[in-house]
Amino acid sequence: MQTSTTYVRGSAPHKRSWTAYVRYRALNIIGLTLLALASVIVLAPFVWTFATSLRLPTESFTLPPQWLPTNPDWTNYNRVFEEIDFLRMILNSAIVAGAVVLGQLITASLAGYAFARLEFPGREVLFWLIMATMMIPLQATIIPVFVLISRMGLNDTLASLILPSLPTAFGTFLMRQYFMGVPKDFEEAALIDGSGQLGIFGRIYLPLVAPGLAVLAVLTFNGHWNEFFRPLIFLLSRDNFTIPLGLNVLKGYMMTGSVSIVLAGVAMSLVPVVAVYFIGQRYLIEGIMMGGVKG
Amino acid sequence: MSAETAIAPNKKTSRNPISLLTENTLAGLRRRRALIGYLFLAPTIVGIIVFTAGPILVSFGLSFFKWDVFSPPSFLGTAHYSRLIADPRVLLGFRNTFLLVVLAITMQIAVGLGLALAIQQRMPTWMRYYFRTAFFLPFLMSGAATGIVIGYMLHKEFGPVNYYLTLIGLPQVPWLNSPNLVLITVAIAFVWQNMGFTLILFIGGLNNISKEVLEAADVDGARGWNRFWHVILPMVSPTLLFAAVTGVIGGLQIFDHPYVMTRGGPGDASRTAVMVMYESAFKNMEIGYGSAIAVFLFVIILLVTAGQFSLSKRWVFYQ
Repeated sequence: MQTSTTYVRGSAPHKRSWTAYVRYRALNIIGLTLLALASVIVLAPFVWTFATSLRLPTESFTLPPQWLPTNPDWTNYNRVFEEIDFLRMILNSAIVAGAVVLGQLITASLAGYAFARLEFPGREVLFWLIMATMMIPLQATIIPVFVLISRMGLNDTLASLILPSLPTAFGTFLMRQYFMGVPKDFEEAALIDGSGQLGIFGRIYLPLVAPGLAVLAVLTFNGHWNEFFRPLIFLLSRDNFTIPLGLNVLKGYMMTGSVSIVLAGVAMSLVPVVAVYFIGQRYLIEGIMMGGVKG
Repeated sequence: MSAETAIAPNKKTSRNPISLLTENTLAGLRRRRALIGYLFLAPTIVGIIVFTAGPILVSFGLSFFKWDVFSPPSFLGTAHYSRLIADPRVLLGFRNTFLLVVLAITMQIAVGLGLALAIQQRMPTWMRYYFRTAFFLPFLMSGAATGIVIGYMLHKEFGPVNYYLTLIGLPQVPWLNSPNLVLITVAIAFVWQNMGFTLILFIGGLNNISKEVLEAADVDGARGWNRFWHVILPMVSPTLLFAAVTGVIGGLQIFDHPYVMTRGGPGDASRTAVMVMYESAFKNMEIGYGSAIAVFLFVIILLVTAGQFSLSKRWVFYQ
């Protein structure tokens, strides 16, 4: 396709002939068109979900598919709350995701700071041991954790999802990276000013690693709001269900005739994660890129 | 380390531990910082021991016992492992999982890298922002919701995808009904959801390539395919390794998408390793057998990851 241009990394070909410039421009336009097409394909499921959630349930699977809600019918959104206790599920998901985010921000920033900025015997060994646990998949520990949770009397509670998720090897690693990026001068200045150790951590360092906290918060919120495997195993009663479980139940209820109700549920489930993403996206994108480059 | 030996003599002479910490010397400061270090680590270390490190050992232990939760466990030795390697359901589960991972991770990396390269073109900032956001958005959807939406869209009779295929004269594709196609369909749902993350990784990797290298390649006349193959690809190879390793680890644990889309069907055609583990342990209440499958999965993840790292020495290039 692009055998003889600098198309691949987009700097305009300076100091080259006029024909080369025309070819570059043409390929640029073709490339952008292809990208636009790809973005349409990737976004199509979102558009279809939203448009179909506004069709009459009986028409939800009627062909041709509708992409624009010409005659929007919002009753499907009410139907979600009638078919299942969706309000309760939203609340449950918010409690779990919120508590895990808050807890991980605390445990990970404390541990990350200790590994990055404090010196104590055994620091390196402890760090690598914790990193090694990142290799352990959730599925390989779920059975003993389930037994443990039951023994603690926490089975079928939201706490069973929150408590085991508070320690985080990934978050510790992430926060350590951010703390290591803070110049040591800040700390020396604070020491001279007479700040105590906790003051240095809380007032000097923590505000400086806010981008790291944002990355961790967005990723953790996303992960736990959307979590399916653990809730499926740990939660038994409908009252404790989180949104993904609820959507799965709703899908089971509805035959192909009323897809629009299920899709209304999907659309609503997206609102908080998308909102959180847009609040933290600047830091999130940078954070992921950093991981890919250094990792 | 050396700090420890330096303060060791003081330990004998001091009267009580409190004064060791409060004394207003550099050694006292060092001790205070060490104590704070351990305190700060305590929640993470205790938590990881209780909820990750301990349980993996317990999983291993449980795999040697027969246990249905209700009656006390009885020791079986390695019987679960010999049963596992001859159990057609388990073998099929692992086979399906491998096929899914190979399909999905290859697609994910190819599409992610391709799109990342395309986004490197000259374009206005708002356009770059739009593309980045558009491709990342599916990552925000849950695996369950992804399974529901993509499953509906690929519905044989009523799905919009088959509608458009028949419009251009193609037959209806049995995306979820054909045992031969269902893994591809699940892989499509998985890749649609996760590709955005890989894309961002590659954008980071490409941005990190030094200008000098690219200019040198330019002067040497590297163009098009040669430029990609001999310059760009080696320079992003660390990112490629990272994307491959994390992608494979995540892919081997796939559960949500096939569970919601097909419950493992048709027949067992999309039943994955984790689904078999889940059914053994939590449906059939064979805790020990489920643990053996979980341990087996863990060992496979370790081996595959170790394999990727040792192979990487041949193709990954660090600047």
